[in-house]
This record gives sequence, C-alpha cells and structure tokens, in this order.
Amino acid sequence: MSLLELDDVSVTYRIADGDVPAVRGVSLSLAAGEALGVVGESGSGKSTLAMSLLRLLPRDAQVTGRIMLDGEDVLAMKWGRLRAVRWAEASIVFQGAQHGLNPVQRIGDQVAEPLLVHGLATSDKARSRVTELLSQVGLPAWRARSYPHELSGGQRQRVMIAMALACSPRLIVADEPTTALDVMVQAQVLTLIRDLVAAQDIALLMISHDLSVLADVCDRLAVMYAGRVVEAGPSYDVFHDAAHPYSRALAAAFPTVGDPASRRAPRGLGGDPPDPMDLPPGCAFQPRCPVAVDECATEDVLLRPAGERRTAACVHVGVPAEETTR
Amino acid sequence: MNSVAWTRRRRAFGRFWAAYRAEKAGMAGLVVLVVAVGMAVTAPLFIDESVTSVVNGTGERLAPPSLDDPLGTDESGRSILLMIWWGARTSLLIGFLAALLSMVIGTVFGISAGHFRGWLGAVLMRITDWFLVLPSLVTALVLAAILGGSTWTIIIAIGVTSWASTARLIRAQTLAVEARPYIERSTALGAGHWHITTRHVLPNVAPLLLASTTLEVASAIVTESTLAFLGVSANKTSWGTMLRASYDWGAATSGAWWYILVPGLCIVTVVMAFTLCGRALEKVLNPRLRRAAA
Amino acid sequence: MTDLVEPVELVGPDDRGPARYGTLRYALSKAGGAMLSIAMVIVGTFFAFRMLPGDPVRALAQGRNMTPEQLDLERRRLGLDKPVAEQFLQFVQDTLRFDLGISYEYKRPVSDLINERFGATLLLAGTALVMAVSLGIWQGSRAGWKHGSRFDKLSTGASLVLWSVPTFWLGLLLLMVFAAGIGPIPGVFPTRGIESVDAPEGIGYILDVAKHMVLPCLTMVGVIYAQYLLVMRSSLLDEIGQDYVTTARAKGLRDDEVRRKHAVPNAMLPTVTLVFMRIGFVVGGAVTVEAIFSWPGLGQLFYEAIRVPDFTLMQGTFMLIAVSVILMNTLADVVYHVLDPRVRSA
Repeated sequence: MSLLELDDVSVTYRIADGDVPAVRGVSLSLAAGEALGVVGESGSGKSTLAMSLLRLLPRDAQVTGRIMLDGEDVLAMKWGRLRAVRWAEASIVFQGAQHGLNPVQRIGDQVAEPLLVHGLATSDKARSRVTELLSQVGLPAWRARSYPHELSGGQRQRVMIAMALACSPRLIVADEPTTALDVMVQAQVLTLIRDLVAAQDIALLMISHDLSVLADVCDRLAVMYAGRVVEAGPSYDVFHDAAHPYSRALAAAFPTVGDPASRRAPRGLGGDPPDPMDLPPGCAFQPRCPVAVDECATEDVLLRPAGERRTAACVHVGVPAEETTR
Repeated sequence: MNSVAWTRRRRAFGRFWAAYRAEKAGMAGLVVLVVAVGMAVTAPLFIDESVTSVVNGTGERLAPPSLDDPLGTDESGRSILLMIWWGARTSLLIGFLAALLSMVIGTVFGISAGHFRGWLGAVLMRITDWFLVLPSLVTALVLAAILGGSTWTIIIAIGVTSWASTARLIRAQTLAVEARPYIERSTALGAGHWHITTRHVLPNVAPLLLASTTLEVASAIVTESTLAFLGVSANKTSWGTMLRASYDWGAATSGAWWYILVPGLCIVTVVMAFTLCGRALEKVLNPRLRRAAA
Repeated sequence: MTDLVEPVELVGPDDRGPARYGTLRYALSKAGGAMLSIAMVIVGTFFAFRMLPGDPVRALAQGRNMTPEQLDLERRRLGLDKPVAEQFLQFVQDTLRFDLGISYEYKRPVSDLINERFGATLLLAGTALVMAVSLGIWQGSRAGWKHGSRFDKLSTGASLVLWSVPTFWLGLLLLMVFAAGIGPIPGVFPTRGIESVDAPEGIGYILDVAKHMVLPCLTMVGVIYAQYLLVMRSSLLDEIGQDYVTTARAKGLRDDEVRRKHAVPNAMLPTVTLVFMRIGFVVGGAVTVEAIFSWPGLGQLFYEAIRVPDFTLMQGTFMLIAVSVILMNTLADVVYHVLDPRVRSA
C-alpha cells in the first residue's frame, strides 16, 4: 500500500472576483522510500498541491478529494490528529533561503521545536538530537546558537532539511528547495537530500520548476500544467522520451552542452500559462501546443496509459480513454 | 509628443478613478469632503461674517437646540449652526494652507536629500531627522506664541513642524526613482539637477505626495483646533476657538452639551473624511498596500 | 551514516563569533548624534526667542500697560541689551549648568519649578503610556491575527475614529459626562487638580490622587492607543504572510502558539520602535490634557508660560521637553539594536 495517495484532489480559491481552480482533479501515489518529482511552471498548481497535503492552505481555499497518508484521510482528520501528524509523519522543506526560518529565533531552538511540540524529547535530549541533525546535514554543532541571517543561503537550506528530519518523518515534501541558491550550492543540497532520504528510507515529494533537478534526484516524475497532471512516469523516460508535448518542451528547454545540434535549434515555448479563471475549452495546453489537432480545442483530455507505468494526457498517446487510469 | 503624454495621462487617470471608486471608505470620505468644502465655499451666499459678531447675538444665551437655533446658542446668543458654517471656512482654509506649506517644504527637502549625495544629502537628512524628533505640538505652540497668533503665523507654525515625515517619504521614493536605469541614461546625456528632479523625480513622487498631503490636511486641522483651544490663535471663528469659548464659559460643567458636541463633531467628521480619502489614495496608488490591507 | 560532502561555502558570512563591541560602538555613535541634536535645540531656541519677529518684550507688553522704562528694565533683565554673541555664550553656559533663568510669572528659578512639577507629569504620562501600549499591542495583535473578522473591523474602525478625535475634545467630553454629569449619569470624578483640598493621609491620599487621575489618564490613553493598535496590527499582518509562520503551523503548533511564539515577537520590533519614535505626540497630548484638567505637571507649566506669556519659563520648559524627547528617541534606537539580532551583528 502506498504511503501517500491522492485521489482526485482539487483545490479552489474563493476570491472576490470568483473561484480560482488552482488544482483540478489530481491523482498521485507515492510508496514508502520512493522519490517523486512534481514539475511545472509558476501557476501550475504544484505548490498549492504540496501545501494541501497537510492542510496548510489559507481559509479561503477549498480542498476536495481524498489525501490518504498512511491509510488516513488527511482532509477528514480532526484538528488534534492533524496537529499530531504534522511534522511527525510528514514534514516540509521550504525555500529556507527566503523567510522559512524565524529571523529572531536561534536555529537550534527552531530545529528543536517540533521535538518539544510532539513530546518526542525533553529539552536536554532535544539539544543532543539537534547536534546530531546538524551534523547529518554537515553543519557544526555551535551553529545551533546562530540566527538565520548569520548563515548563507546554502546553510539555511541545510537547517531547513535538518529541521524536517527532526521527528523522523516518513514523508518529506520539498517545495522548491534549491530555487534561490547558486548552482554549486544547489548541487550540494540536492546530493544531501538524496542521500539522507535514501539512508533513512523516507519518501520524498519534491516540487520544482526545474526539470533537470528533479530528473536527477527522483525516481518518478509528474508534470503539472494548469492544475492538472499531464504526464507521469519513471523520470528517465519522462525526461528523455516525453509523451506529452508540454513535457517534451520542458525537457528540450535545457541545452545539451557540447552538442552542436542543440546549439542553434529553437527552444522553449511561446505564449504564457493560462489564467486559471479563464481556462480555454478542451485541452488547457492546446493554445501553445505545437502538435494540436482540431479536437484538442473542444474535447478535454484526461490521463491515459502511455507505456510501462506511464500515463499522459494527450490525444496522440495510446488508446482513447473511456476509463481514466493512472 | 505632448499630446501622446496627455492621452496617456488621461487614461491613467481614468484607471485611477475606477480603482478609487471601488474603495467604499474612500468614496464616503470624498462625499463628506465635497459637502463640507461646498458648504464652506458657498457660505457667503447665505450668511456673512456678522454671524460671529457678539453684538448681533439673536438668541438666548447658552440655549439648547430649538426650532429657532437648531444647534443651540453660545454664551453671546449666537447661533451655533451658523457659526460652525462660517467657521468651516477658517478651519478648512488653515488646514489646506498649512498642509500645502508642509508639503512644499517636505518635497524640497525630501527630493534634495534623496538627489544630492555626499555631505549635502547627509546634512539635509540630519536636519530632517531633527525636525522629525521635535515634538510638533509643543514646537508649534512656541512658534505661535512668539510670532503672534494671526492666521498666517498659525499656518507657518503648523507647516514648519509637520513637514519632516513627508520629507522622509519623498526621500525614500526619490532614491527608488533615481535608481532606475533611465535616470542614469538621462545623466549621461547631460541632464542637470533641475532637469532630473523636476522632469523625472517629481512626476513619479506626485501620486504619493497627493496621498500624503491629504492625510496631512487631516492632521493640520486637528493641530489648528488644538492651537486655538490652547489659546495661542488670534482667530475668532474657527471650530477650535468655539471649543475654547465653550471651555472658558464652563459649558462642560453647566451642561451646555451642544456647545461642546457640535464643533467637535465637525472636526472629527472632516478629519475622518480626509483620513479615509488619504488611506484610500494610498491603497490605490500603492498596490503592495492594497494586497496587505485586503 | 553516509559520508557527506564537506560544506564548501562559496558565498557566506565570516564565521567569527558575535561582534563583542558592536553594541557599545552603536550606542556611542547614537549618543553622539543625540548630542548634536541637543546642541541644535539649544541654538535653535536661542535664535527663535530672540531673532524672530516679535521682540519678546514687545509681545510681553501686549495687552498690558507698560511704560518705556518698564520695557527697558525688562530688556535689561533678559540681557537683551548686550551684543548677540555675548548673549549666546551666556545662554549656552547657563543652560548647560541647568540655570534656565527666572520665571516672569512666578519670580522663581525655572529649574526649581521644573523640579517641582516633574513628578506629576511622570505619573500621569507614564501610567497613560503603559496602559496605552499594553492595550494597543494586545488588541492590535488580536485584530491582525484574525483580520477580516468583526473584532478586527470594529477595532480598526474605532482606532480610526479615535485617531481623528482631538485630544482636548475627548477631554472636554469626559469632563462633561463624568465630572459634571449629564442626564442620568452622575458626575463622579473631580474636574481639576491632582488632589482635593481636604485630602486624607496615607492610603486615602493615594486613592484621592488616583481618582483625580482617572479622567486625564483616560483622555490620553484614548488618543494614543489607537496609533499603537494600528501599527501592531499592520506589523503582524506583514508577518503573517511569511514562510516561517507556515513552517510553524506545519510543525503542529496550535494557532495561538504560532501567534505568540513566532508572529508576535517579530511584529513587536517595528512596533516598539514606533512607540518610542512617536513620543513627541504623547508629549503634545500631555500638555493638552494637563491644561484641561489643571493637572500640576510640566505640561501645565508650559501651558501657563504660553498664556502669560512668560518667555523665560517657556524657553526653559520647551528645551527640557525637546531634549527629553531626543533622549527617548536615542534610547529607542539603542534598545531596538539590542533586541533585534539582525541589527546587532550588522
């Protein structure tokens, strides 16, 4: 049984001008110890999806569907149970380089906080646990007394990772963990995440707009566009041999260094992602799609099988789906 | 060339007006202001200065509201309704002019402090900070006492003690504007101080200035009425002076509630109207504030 | 345990320990700035009272019958017949020795009068400030945390109204309603002064003073607390959107724990700074309130000096007030520096 299972999850924001469907009917599954990457442009709904897992969205967001974490539906949990589950079963790594850490609190206290909140340690035990966690991410013990602004971006991200590991969760959600970092530091942090997650058998859900980062770290990929998953499968396959035209464009947007053929070849995609309040009829990607056909403008397409453990939402893929399968 | 700029400005104004109209509180304030200013301006068509004349007091002294004097009378029998109507001219005029003076001084200091680097900018900043720290009411009282309390000296006293916060705001905005690349280009093309500040910086800080000045008028009216109440103003007709008289003649202890309530409510209403307008302007002109306040 | 990459920091702050003398150096530089400001006050006061149009002696003569000989006597008494430079030096010397001259009205040294009145103002303004700050911060943080709620809308609306109310008018209203009594409400509170003529000793005296303090204190609190509420509320709103608040929630903290332990401490910093920075406004309020309620403090002393007009007294009290405000502001800067870890290591 999967550790995390999303079943037709939708998130709609109610704002003054109307309803904004940020996530539309997403179904995913993640097994224990597996790493799944979710990639998409800004506005594709990936961060909203990540926040919904622990019900961290603001009050005006309506979440429907089922989010099964280790057999329990997060959306149906009572408040007390939810608070107990938060961080202890699943934790989040934000973009620590920004403001994920409390600026006026020492980082040692912040890393220790979830231990104390969940009653997993007394304050002395917590101190040694903090030292242990800091060393796991490659930071010296005396750093516990530092404030966030005294650390570099890379160091702050490590602190976020250490903090996420504090209660030994079964799932870590990493939301754009390397976006604001320099390339070299990015590589270090990614290696760190990958090694820690593998060593401690933690499931990883990583969100990014950078396909190459995810393809490197994750076993499987899911590509999101306009609130929907448009392709899912093993990361090697999705990256090198994408079935959906959007995934193809994403993968092709990264130049292959040293390959003269890719030097002059046109890359990228014209146009912008659609406004969620004003989605085109039919396939949401159709206005920008290089291989669109007539029916794409009128008929919406759902995920259909596209190979061994792969799915894609495109008319050019596989068998027209009367059944929606994963 | 000019007409392109004007069409752009007109369209920008149209957008601005549409956004402002959506601010309910701001619209309410604007309506009140239009009514108040309208009443003040049209007053001479209906009444004249004689309503304030002590000799012409027609009603009973300190009489409560009645059909003859709907808002009661003061200690000389003058109608309070007519007096606040006439007094609106003074209070609003002083408020406007004092805020204008404050804005002019603040803009000059603010733009200069932001534009000139090196020791000149630093000195201007120091002076601004000093004025900012100075307790404004106390200093205004001293100035009014020294200069005598005529209308003009009151305006000067208020203007001179309230420009510093505007200056700070304008300076920050000037720094932001001058950091933009087109300023650098302009300087490279040989633009002098005057050109950059008046042709580039000023139009960019103008919207902020408008919002700031509106709020400044609110504060100036309160300050003027306080100065009048504390007896340093030689003005005989403002709302503050009326409240001073009510205090002197023991309206509080003798139960002449209308004498205290009416001029005070006028002040509060007008000040609130200006404040709401100013805040609405801030929200409309600064999209970041709009999101935060939502 | 896997072998991890050695953290090679290509971009990062120096790893030395916390700056040891940073705070002291900061305090000294701020003190220097304060000295400069105070010097500017002394110079400015000197020139304002002598150089501005409206020779102080002539202003004194307004509405009074004074012979030219009396005017000359006044001039000589105030030292106005000596050259300006000499007057200025004398003035600076005297001021630094806290010799602020002799009051025209009371015929006593100004510094004595100030000493006598200081305590009453400290009592009234201090109490009002503490109450206003506590109430404003508490209500502001609740309103900001639950922003959009009815509590928030009421709080913000009430604050906007109070902000528009002139201090003296609020005082008048309170006088009218609670001191004199109106309609069915009896007048319970005294209308003036700090103590009754027939006040008892000991505890009874304290209660008597307290009773006299209620209305003036309420007036001051009413006007200034609105500011603190609005500032705290907006500071908190700024913090709510930050990622670390979401992190705190994600850790499983209760809503009020998130507010108390994370959002409020961060929001307090700009609020506390602003409280100190707006001290000038509080001082103005104190002057007004003491004038209305005849509270025998510095504010009332200043007010009397304005009314008489007693220029020597006015000059002395004004300088004291201005200098106090400058010192408070400097204190605020240093306190903020100590409280905010980000500023401390800068």
